[in-house]
Amino acid sequence: MYENSTNIPAVDVDALQGGASSGATLEDEKIAIEVKNLNFYYGDSQALKGIDMVIPENRVTAFIGPSGCGKSTLLRCFNRMNDLIDDTRIEGEILLHGQNIYDKVVNVADLRRRVGMVFQKPNPFPKSIFENVAYGLRIQGINDRRRLAEVVERSLKGAALWDEVKDRLDDNALGLSGGQQQRLVIARAIAIEPEVLLLDEPASALDPISTLKLEELIYELKSSYTIIIVTHNMQQAARVSDYCTFLLMGELIEMANTNTLFTNPQQKQTEDYITGRYG
Amino acid sequence: MNGWFKSGSPWVWLSAAAVSVCILLVVALLGLIAARGLVFFWPKQVLQTHYQDPSGISYRLIGEIQDSEEIPAARLRESGIEPPGDRDSYTRYLFKTGNRDALGMDFRMILPDFMGKVEYPAELMVVERREWGNLYGYLKEFREDGRVVAQGEAAVAELQRRLKEALELFGEIRHIEKDLIGAINYQLEQLRLEERRLKLAGDNDPAKRDAIEARRKKLREEYAELQKKRNGLFPQLNRYSFTAEIMTGQLVEVPLAKVVRVYFPNAMGPLDKIGHYFGKLWEFVSDEPREANTEGGIFPAIFGTVMMVLLMSVVVTPCGVVAAVYLREYARQGFVVRLIRIAVNNLAGVPSIVYGVFGLGFFVYFLGGGIDALFYPEALPSPTFGTPGILWSSITLALLTLPVVIVATEEGLARVPRSIREGSLALGATKAETLWRTVLPMASPAMMTGLILAVARAAGEVAPLMLVGVVKLAPSLPLDGNPPFLHLDRKFMHLGFHIYDVGFQSPNVEAARPLVYATSLLLILVIVVLNLTAIRIRNHLREKYRSLES
Repeated sequence: MYENSTNIPAVDVDALQGGASSGATLEDEKIAIEVKNLNFYYGDSQALKGIDMVIPENRVTAFIGPSGCGKSTLLRCFNRMNDLIDDTRIEGEILLHGQNIYDKVVNVADLRRRVGMVFQKPNPFPKSIFENVAYGLRIQGINDRRRLAEVVERSLKGAALWDEVKDRLDDNALGLSGGQQQRLVIARAIAIEPEVLLLDEPASALDPISTLKLEELIYELKSSYTIIIVTHNMQQAARVSDYCTFLLMGELIEMANTNTLFTNPQQKQTEDYITGRYG
Repeated sequence: MNGWFKSGSPWVWLSAAAVSVCILLVVALLGLIAARGLVFFWPKQVLQTHYQDPSGISYRLIGEIQDSEEIPAARLRESGIEPPGDRDSYTRYLFKTGNRDALGMDFRMILPDFMGKVEYPAELMVVERREWGNLYGYLKEFREDGRVVAQGEAAVAELQRRLKEALELFGEIRHIEKDLIGAINYQLEQLRLEERRLKLAGDNDPAKRDAIEARRKKLREEYAELQKKRNGLFPQLNRYSFTAEIMTGQLVEVPLAKVVRVYFPNAMGPLDKIGHYFGKLWEFVSDEPREANTEGGIFPAIFGTVMMVLLMSVVVTPCGVVAAVYLREYARQGFVVRLIRIAVNNLAGVPSIVYGVFGLGFFVYFLGGGIDALFYPEALPSPTFGTPGILWSSITLALLTLPVVIVATEEGLARVPRSIREGSLALGATKAETLWRTVLPMASPAMMTGLILAVARAAGEVAPLMLVGVVKLAPSLPLDGNPPFLHLDRKFMHLGFHIYDVGFQSPNVEAARPLVYATSLLLILVIVVLNLTAIRIRNHLREKYRSLES
């Protein structure tokens, strides 16, 4: 049931839907992020073309599309991770609760504190489990051991990892399994209580059981966080997301309630993709 | 045959052969040095024989065979010796007769063919003296205040007993002279400088002057007291002496104060010999050199080497790491950075003496001279930092090893996975915080690798040091009990330079040759110990910051 095929969803979409009812539309939601006419260039080649979209608050929004369509690039625009890559250029605006994050007055470190991110491959630091989770707090200058312990416990519980690691918090995080590492990284991200959580193909390096746990976790987390997830796997998108965005060649083709998008796509390209005629 | 070539076996054999040659060379090198160096401390049998000199003179020979070599008969003839018989080559011994004071030289070349019957009398005595080298001979009398108190067997017992006392006394006198009086002299010098500093500043406050004068008076009193104590010890030390009959039959009187060690090698059992061996070995690593470095120990050189290397590490690590961080993390990768990298790599290939010249010109004369003019004007015209010293040596060697550290650190930084950096940045860390908390710790094993290479190179480097701080004999260590304890302006001794000095600059090359091997062995040991320490630290760090891939 978790095989990576791109055929028509084999699962019952309705049964897995949570949060927004299958009929809800974007107009009914509170908006967390608004993207206005976003263009992005790697050197001379344009990776994103005139993206306009909104991300609803406390919902899971999934980006789907074939490889190289720009979904990861778009995701990395939300916490300005693309700033780290040389020779890139961005035009347009991304408003986080009304403020343009590309404004000159925005402190990038502060922004990334508000917009957390989890990467494709689990990337725990070569430190103890405790220190991994406490990292973001220590960066903020919080060194009170009791306070840290509190937050670490809460975050690990929030990431559904506490019971597995509570007896070995001082062990090196690299000793954990891949799935545990990925949940640890999520715990690390939610320890600093971001408003938005960006997940960049978080399950692509995980086995089916770990993937299942991760998806359950995402479902839990969306009551507190606005979540954006990039995924290759359409079943996964169908299972975890409330809204779904289809990107193709750097353009936003269609965005809608996940249920609607999968059952009744408005665009020909979307239909081709989800029925497996692409990628 | 063709198939054999294609299979690659010839290359495997060739590489294996190359590896074996390398290993053999290393083993041979270490073996030679170890054998030559370590045998030196073993007590040799002392032989006595009649030597029929080719010129017809016959005399008694007493001493040790130090070395032997085969030389062709023609060379013997050229040197005016008609060889007995008509063989093509003859064995020639390098024979140590000692008794430089009486004979004028320690060594002579002899042909075994001219030797009479060889004997090893148990009564033959070897005396290691503080001056004039070893004495070989028979103990005749033991004297107290010039009067004979014991002869023959009794003299031996008396000598052993009194020698112990004399050595203790000598140690006490040396302690008073070197440590206590040395400290007072140091303080007096500081007072003099303080006084001069006041004068230079135009400060004529009589209270201050009086304070200095009072302190000086107190120090002078202490000095006088110590000197009295020392002078009181001297007569005790000088009371005893003994006479010995050497190979010419001459009687030589030796004051006990000048004796380091007395032993009877021909009468020693294996256990005695082992004890003697380790005693000598311990003296070698823990004592100060005597007699123009040809006798005694080399402790100051070991100390100086280790200290200089540690200081160098303290200087080179932060500089190299900071430079590497800038080049790899902050600088815009482009033409300029590439140029700098090439320059850094080329710096590693600059002959080390060039660094010495630079260190002398820039550090010693320019920087040191500037520091003296600014901070130590009271000591001028005698320079404080404007003269070669351990600080400048360390900095010069730091400069020499900087490229190694930079290159190694850069590689370490490049190996830290991008995902780790992004993970840290995504948590709201700035670039500097990411570097400090995550990237640098993960690159620390690579920094240690750089430091290991740097230490290995610096510890063996001699040429630049000769210009910027090493001396043949340093009166005091760069670290001692006088505040500020660490004296960076002092000159120091170094094992590498010691080898050169003892081997080539010594007035008594034959006597010093075994020391060259022993010192080389010790230098290798010091480098190995320094490296092993660094490697241990690195392995520990590696374990701690295992990166994701491994």
